[in-house]
Amino acid sequence: MRFALEKRPAPSRLMLGLTPLFAVIATMLAGGVMFWALGANPVEAIRTIFLDPLFDPTFGAYSRPQLLVKAAPLILIAIGLSLGFKAGIWNIGAEGQYIIGAVVGAAVGLAFYPTESRLIFPAMVIAGALGGWAWAMIPAILKTRLGTNEILVSLMLVYVAENILASVASGVLKNPEGRGFPGSRNFARDYPAASNLELLPGTGMHWGVVAAFIAVIAAYVLMTRHKMGFSIRLTGEAPRAARFAGVNPTRLVVFSLGMAGALAGMAGLFEVTGPAGQISIDFGSGYGFTAIIVAFLGRLHPVGILLAGLLMALTYIGGELAQLMLGMPAAAIQLFQGMLLFFLLAMDVFANYRIRIKTREAA
Amino acid sequence: MDLGQINPVLLAASLMVAATPILLAAIGEMVVEKAGVLNLGVEGMMITGAVVGFAVAVNSGSPAAGFVAAALAGAGLALLFGLITQVLKSNQVATGLGLTLFGLGLSSLIGKPYEGIKAPSLGKLDIPLLSDIPVLGPVLFRHDPMVYLSLLIVLGVWAGLKYTRAGLVLRAVGENHTAAHALGYKVIRVRLAAILFGGASAGMGGAYLSLVRVPTWVEGMTAGAGWIALAIVVFASWRAGRILLGAYLFGGVSVLQLNLQAAGVAIPVEYLSMSPYLVTILVLVIISLRGNHGAPGSLGRVFHASS
Amino acid sequence: MNLLKTLAVGAALATGVAGAAVAQDKTKVGFIYVGPIGDGGWTYEHNKARLAVEEHYGDAVETVYQESVPEGADAERAITQMALSGADLIFTTSFGFMDATVAVAEKFPDVKFEHATGYKTADNLAVYSARFYEGRAVQGTIAGHLTESNIVGYIASYPIPEVIRGINSAYIHAKKVNPDIQFKIIWAYTWFDPAKEADAAKALIEQGADVILQHTDSTAPQAAAAEAGNVYTFGQASDMIEYAPMPRVSSIIDDWAPYYIERVGAVIDGTWETADTWDGIGPGMVGIGEISDAVPADVKAEALALKDAIASGEYHPFTGPLNKQDGSVWLAEGETADDGTLLGMDFYVEGIEGEIPN
Repeated sequence: MRFALEKRPAPSRLMLGLTPLFAVIATMLAGGVMFWALGANPVEAIRTIFLDPLFDPTFGAYSRPQLLVKAAPLILIAIGLSLGFKAGIWNIGAEGQYIIGAVVGAAVGLAFYPTESRLIFPAMVIAGALGGWAWAMIPAILKTRLGTNEILVSLMLVYVAENILASVASGVLKNPEGRGFPGSRNFARDYPAASNLELLPGTGMHWGVVAAFIAVIAAYVLMTRHKMGFSIRLTGEAPRAARFAGVNPTRLVVFSLGMAGALAGMAGLFEVTGPAGQISIDFGSGYGFTAIIVAFLGRLHPVGILLAGLLMALTYIGGELAQLMLGMPAAAIQLFQGMLLFFLLAMDVFANYRIRIKTREAA
Repeated sequence: MDLGQINPVLLAASLMVAATPILLAAIGEMVVEKAGVLNLGVEGMMITGAVVGFAVAVNSGSPAAGFVAAALAGAGLALLFGLITQVLKSNQVATGLGLTLFGLGLSSLIGKPYEGIKAPSLGKLDIPLLSDIPVLGPVLFRHDPMVYLSLLIVLGVWAGLKYTRAGLVLRAVGENHTAAHALGYKVIRVRLAAILFGGASAGMGGAYLSLVRVPTWVEGMTAGAGWIALAIVVFASWRAGRILLGAYLFGGVSVLQLNLQAAGVAIPVEYLSMSPYLVTILVLVIISLRGNHGAPGSLGRVFHASS
Repeated sequence: MNLLKTLAVGAALATGVAGAAVAQDKTKVGFIYVGPIGDGGWTYEHNKARLAVEEHYGDAVETVYQESVPEGADAERAITQMALSGADLIFTTSFGFMDATVAVAEKFPDVKFEHATGYKTADNLAVYSARFYEGRAVQGTIAGHLTESNIVGYIASYPIPEVIRGINSAYIHAKKVNPDIQFKIIWAYTWFDPAKEADAAKALIEQGADVILQHTDSTAPQAAAAEAGNVYTFGQASDMIEYAPMPRVSSIIDDWAPYYIERVGAVIDGTWETADTWDGIGPGMVGIGEISDAVPADVKAEALALKDAIASGEYHPFTGPLNKQDGSVWLAEGETADDGTLLGMDFYVEGIEGEIPN
């Protein structure tokens, strides 16, 4: 007797909904064992990670809005990436597009310092989006003109972007009043016209969160109502059929990479002007890579990505609380997140495949 | 500034040592990619190898046992990746990134008791006679055994892929898994074997850091070496000989910039550091200009036998 | 709209108050670390001082910490959560936490904050830092005597005033005892990358350096020197005693324990006030690790005498006559450097070759 997988003609809707639940339960069990092995109370640890950020009387009021703040860049980037991923276009360099967006946007803002004008922040957002877009156009053009592999070019450009960031943070964008330390002026504190602060105090809502919600809705409409969404889905599911249906692959590559770059660039700009506050050497905090995971956890569906982004944010913030309240090492939290991802990715198989038990025929 | 202070012989010798970890990781990842699988978890496998190799070497007193354990640990992590991506058909990019996260966390938990301890020395081979040859002697014949083993592995991979049946099957699986399956090859098994090899190599590369090059265990000590290994595979356009060239180029740029600084040359460090990646993109462009897309045909795609 | 805003602010304040109210009899002290405790250097020493606080006050205090907190957006949240959890005093132990600490301090006026190596203070926010350059003077003296090649290698991290001060101080004192001294400086652009630090040490050794000073945190340069043989090193941030007596002949230790114990005590007594502390060898914030037997006795005595002179305030490591690298006069005979100049130091003293990047 052996098991065999049989591909479902279409992913099971029931399973798409159920598998994340199963995965979270499995992670709680496996993670509980790990926490127990580390000498912690497993129930308390799991509760701290998953429930305290939401319901704890001391932290809840602060943590709930923070979930939005932490999730917003992940969602914004993942939405952009999902468009390409759906069509089989693999941009894994969102981290680079995020960094360049932040650098270009910040440079525009700093160029106007200390002018106060309502136009500065919108100009920075546009510059950030353009910066990310331009950075994504490099793999896009190489792909469409020469057929160069976009996975690898976009990844290489992450390293280039990180070096550019290090260079400008201690060079042209360095705060002249920063006593020689690397890092730009702080937008959130020192330059109101270029800052991305909470729109309603205590809610965590800043422009990046607003943009993330808009992106989710726009992507949903695009994928279900618009011809481009149809082209993307068709190309991903049946590339040959797409060609017969007259889908222009060049346009598709340029569109999906461009959108991903622009959204990642905007995410970078919202972060640098708000939560992060300034351009610093460590500004690139891996959001571009984490967003890839978020995109897949969300099954490349806009609503799924929204939920996956919030779940990731929950494990980050809950993990911080577990460190703070239970003295858990940071590494244990990292391992726990790794487990959660593995379970979520592994359980995906039940949505896309049916498990059949085959009995071996007698010889 | 005095460039005369840089001794090219010593520079070449230390370049070989600096390049060994990324060489090992890159040659392993190349085999994985040749089989059509993209494992972005190299960093996670390397650091797990670094800590396990260190722990075993310290406890047993034998660096050789450390390297074996590191290879097994790397392969163990790779097996996890293999099962999830090959058997359970998950996305390779996301799973690989998850593997890195997992490995970084795991390694620092394992490593807690080993902080601030010195590693037992691996020693040098100092091959008699040969090591006395002027210039070539110090550059080529006065290293630790792992440097030679890494070169042997590169040679073995080159010959294995080119001349053996197993190599042919591996390449067939990577180029077109559907066709390979139709020919009766066990796509999943071949890929799992390649993934295990990649994990073992990465694990040894990590152990080289913790046992020879640094040599001590510190949390997060790989500091991105796994990502550089990924870049080298691309730079090498999936050829074993060029992996060697790539590893020495990437390792060389970093050693050279430190040497230039020591010699008093003012260099823009960031631009020099990004140059290997720009060169890699250039290589990719040149490959595609030749009309060959370079990467193995099935790279990163999920295989499901619809028999 | 306005009503909504008021409500929201009220809610935010209420949670802040609630957080403070949780505080029990025990004084709760929080620490935010930039690296993992296992880094063997910077964070390791801060954590050692945290344990010293626990040891000293026993049941009167409770400490909490969070390690590997990235500088930037996550820092502000980590500090806020710590304040919400009822901490009475929070130490944020990296320069990059400066603006985040300032922001949180504004929101929690009843919680005391202490930020390491920064320069922004408030009524409830003090800053503290160590005069590492005093230790560098002792190192420079020993290095100048020990070197036979007259070449000292220096692994620097980032071109910021603190690092430049250390280079200048070490150079001035090495030159005093050895006029032929030459410094070779490598900017590693990292605080912590063992492989790169090892490579930097090797490059310096290959180019003739037989003493290596480091301003990066890992023990990798020590190991590289041990392998090369006949090279002297100094422990950095942490004692690195496992490499004594050779190559590690001494060390600069960041000993935060006395300061932390004093400040926690002030919070317990209710006498805490904001301050701008910049302490050196005297108050014990900068420790000189045991000078090993590899150093000749007379050199050791000279180094210890210098250490005592600095500790008592009798001698300032930056005492004129000193010129800047371009030959212009910086300090006249007998004049000592003021803290303002030292804090913003962006020049080499006369005799050091090369340029500071950027």
